[in-house]
Amino acid sequence: MVRPDVGRPANTDIIELGILSVFFMRIFTAFAATVLMSCLFEGCSYAPATVKAASVKPASERRDAPDFTLKDADGKTVHLSEYRGKVVLLDFWATWCDPCRLEIPWFIDLQRKNKDRGFEVLGVSMDDEGWEVVKPFMKSVGMNYRVVIGNDETTQVYGGVDSLPSTFLIDRQGKIAAIHIGLTSRKVFEDGVEELLHAPAGIVVDRASVYRGAR
Amino acid sequence: MAVDAGFHVNSNPAAAEYLIPLSVTWSATGALEAGKVTYPKATKEKVGDDTLTVYTGNFDLIANFKVSASAPAGPGAAAGKLRYQACNSTTCFPPKNVEISVPYQIQ
Repeated sequence: MVRPDVGRPANTDIIELGILSVFFMRIFTAFAATVLMSCLFEGCSYAPATVKAASVKPASERRDAPDFTLKDADGKTVHLSEYRGKVVLLDFWATWCDPCRLEIPWFIDLQRKNKDRGFEVLGVSMDDEGWEVVKPFMKSVGMNYRVVIGNDETTQVYGGVDSLPSTFLIDRQGKIAAIHIGLTSRKVFEDGVEELLHAPAGIVVDRASVYRGAR
Repeated sequence: MAVDAGFHVNSNPAAAEYLIPLSVTWSATGALEAGKVTYPKATKEKVGDDTLTVYTGNFDLIANFKVSASAPAGPGAAAGKLRYQACNSTTCFPPKNVEISVPYQIQ
């Protein structure tokens, strides 16, 4: 801020203003140069940041994840539909299934890391012996996500799940984005979850469409 | 028994308590008394960091029975079930129960 002093010649104020202007111009020029250099090396885009996982279907090809109502370990009723708005990893498993047991620690980790980003793992146990075997197992491995006991109806609506593990990645709109039958790599799950977490909540597809819509 | 190539069933006893072993149990043995079931020699199979003991390919299960001296002569059948749970290297299938019947003749 330049405060003209009473009694100073008027052209002194103009010179000081000019010096300040040159100073800010130099700062802006340096900033612009930095941005330009960054764009040249890393690329510039107005598109929202995306993570692309090979196993995730395009949004237009996803079908609705069938709803179900089952009880969790505390006896509370769970509806899959109550997870709308969150990314869900729905895992059909059993305590006697060794490949399932290999994957579960990864899901525990995914749950821990992404719970605050609108992500949930939901396990569906297909153990005939029910909570008698499932609860001790949950405690022994430190399962930090909700588990329900599945039944024939549940597996039927999901296309007849008869092989375990069967894992479904469900987007925020409640649509099945990926299906994994059998032991799958940890990276595939992580990449799939990351892509779905990055996707917008279903209203804005990209910024270009927002600008068009604003006119 | 014949297990398709690429698949295995858990041995009896299984490698871990949580696994479902291949097993034969009798519900009725008629004039016979059920004895020990002899299972084949198991092979090792790696799944991740776990080593399982399994049966693969073609093999026989030998069911032993005792006949008491007072058992009446004539035909009969022992009834029971065969329980198995099969997997391949990445996927497991639900356990199955198969009804079995073994005819016999006491002379």
